[in-house]
Amino acid sequence: MIDRVLDSRRLDSFDWQFLGVIGAILVIGVLSIYSVTYAQAGTGLPLYAKQMVWILIGCAVFLAMLMVDYHEIARWSYVLYAVMLLLLAVVLVAGKTSRGAQRWIPLGPFAFQPSEFAKLVLILVLATYYANAPREGWLQRVVLPGLIMMPGLLLILKQPDLGSGLSFLSIYTGMLLVVGMRSKALGVLLLGALMLFPFAWEMVWGALHDYQRERIMTFVDPAYDTGGKGYHGLQSRIAIGSGELLGKGLYGGTQSQLKFLPEGHTDFVFAVFAEEWGFLGGLVFLGLFVALIMLSLEIALKAKDALGALLASGVIAMIGFCFVVNIGMTAGLLPIVGIPLPLMSYGGSAVVTTMAALGLLLNIKRRRLTLFY
Amino acid sequence: MVGHGVSQDELRELQRRLTILKIAVLLIVGLLALRLWHLQIRDGSYYRDLSENNRTRSVILAPARGLIYDRNGVLLANNVPSFTLYVTLEDVKDRHVLVQRLVRLIGLDESALRKKLSERGPKLVPRKLKEGLSLREAALIESHRLDLPGVMIQAESKRNYPAGVTAAHLMGYVGQISAEELEKEEAEDLYQDSVVGQYGVEKTYDRILRGKPGQKVIEADALGHEVRTVSVQRSRPGEDLYLTIDVRLQRLAEELLGEEAGAIVMLDVTAGDVLALASRPTFDPNLLSRELTAKQWAAIVQDESRPLTNRATQGQYPPGSTFKIVMAAAALETKTIDPSAKIRCVGGFAFGNRVYRDWKKGGHGPMDVTQALVDSCDVFFYTVGQRMGIDTIAAYASQFGLGRETGIDLYSERVGIVPSLAWKQKAKGQAWLPGETISASIGQGYVTVTPIQMAHLIATVANDGVSFRPHLVRAVMERETGRLQELPAVPNGRLSVAADTLGLIRDALAGVVTRGTATRARSALVSIAGKTGTAQTAALRSGDGKDLPKKLRDHAWFVSYAPTDEPRVAVAVLVEHMGHGGSAAAPLAKQMIEGYVNLTKPVTHLARTPEPVRPDGIEVAMRERR
Repeated sequence: MIDRVLDSRRLDSFDWQFLGVIGAILVIGVLSIYSVTYAQAGTGLPLYAKQMVWILIGCAVFLAMLMVDYHEIARWSYVLYAVMLLLLAVVLVAGKTSRGAQRWIPLGPFAFQPSEFAKLVLILVLATYYANAPREGWLQRVVLPGLIMMPGLLLILKQPDLGSGLSFLSIYTGMLLVVGMRSKALGVLLLGALMLFPFAWEMVWGALHDYQRERIMTFVDPAYDTGGKGYHGLQSRIAIGSGELLGKGLYGGTQSQLKFLPEGHTDFVFAVFAEEWGFLGGLVFLGLFVALIMLSLEIALKAKDALGALLASGVIAMIGFCFVVNIGMTAGLLPIVGIPLPLMSYGGSAVVTTMAALGLLLNIKRRRLTLFY
Repeated sequence: MVGHGVSQDELRELQRRLTILKIAVLLIVGLLALRLWHLQIRDGSYYRDLSENNRTRSVILAPARGLIYDRNGVLLANNVPSFTLYVTLEDVKDRHVLVQRLVRLIGLDESALRKKLSERGPKLVPRKLKEGLSLREAALIESHRLDLPGVMIQAESKRNYPAGVTAAHLMGYVGQISAEELEKEEAEDLYQDSVVGQYGVEKTYDRILRGKPGQKVIEADALGHEVRTVSVQRSRPGEDLYLTIDVRLQRLAEELLGEEAGAIVMLDVTAGDVLALASRPTFDPNLLSRELTAKQWAAIVQDESRPLTNRATQGQYPPGSTFKIVMAAAALETKTIDPSAKIRCVGGFAFGNRVYRDWKKGGHGPMDVTQALVDSCDVFFYTVGQRMGIDTIAAYASQFGLGRETGIDLYSERVGIVPSLAWKQKAKGQAWLPGETISASIGQGYVTVTPIQMAHLIATVANDGVSFRPHLVRAVMERETGRLQELPAVPNGRLSVAADTLGLIRDALAGVVTRGTATRARSALVSIAGKTGTAQTAALRSGDGKDLPKKLRDHAWFVSYAPTDEPRVAVAVLVEHMGHGGSAAAPLAKQMIEGYVNLTKPVTHLARTPEPVRPDGIEVAMRERR
């Protein structure tokens, strides 16, 4: 039996697929970051190399998340949540400010972004909450977890970090849906949301920076474009569109190479990729993400218990939301909010958090196998 | 181990939802793929264009304008290097700062600069801010380039006329194309800063001279810094022109006119080549081809001596007695008189209640047509004119090319007036008065002609009634092939006047010089024939008193050809307000003809200049710097 358990801990073909997809996305990401930034003069480690360091750290975290039983991890979730709130508070007090937002805690040459890490903690807390007791009634199913989420959400919006805030909401909503919300509860939730809307609007809208509001307004009404606020969106669409079928080739992305496209290595990394690899490259990339999500859903589906399924659902909601919103905004389907593309965008906290979440997923899958022995 | 919070049923329910989620994921990703298709395939080329425009700036490479030579290969127009300041507004972040820096660096006029910057136009196309910068100014700008985003110095060639004011009216000048011209269809190869011919041959032959602009496409980053050159399409220089004029004769003509206002036109009678076409006063085409201030321009345009008017083709004067050539032909051809018939001149011609005087008090006595031409007897022509009537006179005048364009290759040729019954009704709304025929008979009254028309007329008479369109360009040299393409002479028709009549007139014209009114045109070198004319400017026939203010004095005409027996050249001379043609104009014609005989071995062949020096923008500038 011990042999079998050990056996099961060896990576089977499913794992290879899963790891292969993750690896491919990571490679594409590093390549795209390299392509945009290789020509930039700079001191210290180039961005793509920094990203590779983050990936290595991410791999370590991935392995750690894989090794420790997720039930053990879940046991610490409320503590982690407290730590997270503390970190978010620290950010607000002592964080590094960049482009009008206070999101980072400086760590030597790197910077740590607690709001990224907070997403994973939220998944843990909510999964633990739902898994620990039968949650009947909308108060227990909807309102209480919402209240649990609220302090973290408010702290994040205070930074302000609209993207992470929306991720929070998406994780909450995603898990809520998976837990099974009755139509009545859904109705109440919607009604509540509607009633709270003016208040929430005031809170969210008021917390936004002018540039964020302008971006959203620009999206809603392109004629609102004052002073070229539609610039990001337009340049991103030009970058993607001009890639045409086969793309302009690696380093051939003129939009990004010539710096017309801002933030080509972070939020708009997909535009860089699509410009250089074209429609076919874009399809391959979408295929990779579909594969990642399908494999993740498979894990959620076959989780041996509710906690596993809920954790997996949360991770899927987090990654899926970021993926859809990021691609949607670079392709001009959604307003531009600062949401990184998982595994692709430059950024240590995001990479490490995502890798941790994926480690957790693989953990859930492998614990499922141990159940039968 | 199994979580006790959620039952197995609920787990199954949860799994069912996950299946729905799978479908949802596929749908959403499908939507994203559709969007990518939309952007990259359906609208791909559109975005491709946008991205090209995003990153590229195209710079027009102005073509070198064709050179202009005289008939012997003497350079009359070339191009010299000049530095021009351009700015691409798209790349200018702060116009105010730009203006300040340019003013401080090279002392440009601030308000003019601001005006140029605020002109409407595409922001991506570099616009000309200032031309004719000195090497020092250009170097100053270059060395401060980093502080001047969007600013560019381009070495260009500038039109230059080495002969200065010589032949200014026929050469013309060049200038930046106007907005209206740019709208026109024939402006296909032109662009905002195109330099086009504005006057003279420069204008008439602009399409041949201007060449085809090239284009340099540079890649610029989001800050407008040039990253690399994407493509260079070299400009094609314009073709070179060989004019028909001989610059030595041209210069002579201008010297002969001196400070007087007037025109001298010399034609080759056998082909219509214009050997000289002088108009005074004149202007400096070098000055006009540069950027003038409004004040400078106004000074030229408002100059009362009208230096910009080409008096040879645009000056309209009464032909005076030179018109008697037409009258004689008309009278003989219509058999109004026969060659030997005499009319007695008593010094005046009574008509109605008025007496039309002859220029010679006391009269010439009995005159036949030959003698009447030789002595320029007015009464003779009053008489025949009165017999023929104005419409007959008009018919012959227009047959001799008056009242219409000679077709010379210069814009804005004026045609003068050949009066007739219909003309007066149309122009004045009045009936023709019989007395007006009498005035017209000696080239006064309503009749007006241009010097080029008179040169054309006398050349036609000299050439047995066969006329050629006067033209200024003899050959075009193709830059690409080096081939010299000669332009053929274009016949302008043939007089339907009997050879006898023309012979008689020619004999009379020879007599004018040997024993008539133009003995001052007699030359020891060559036999000359011609006809004097004195065109009245004041309605009052007050003679040519020397005490008259100059602007009221008569214009002096002399039309001539030489040699008498085998005519080769024709000359028309008009000097404004100089009185008698015989005294003021005939000597000039004589000197022109003598100049022709002295200077040109009868009609030289075109000198095929081996590759002329062609300053070509930057390279020349570089060479000069070394």
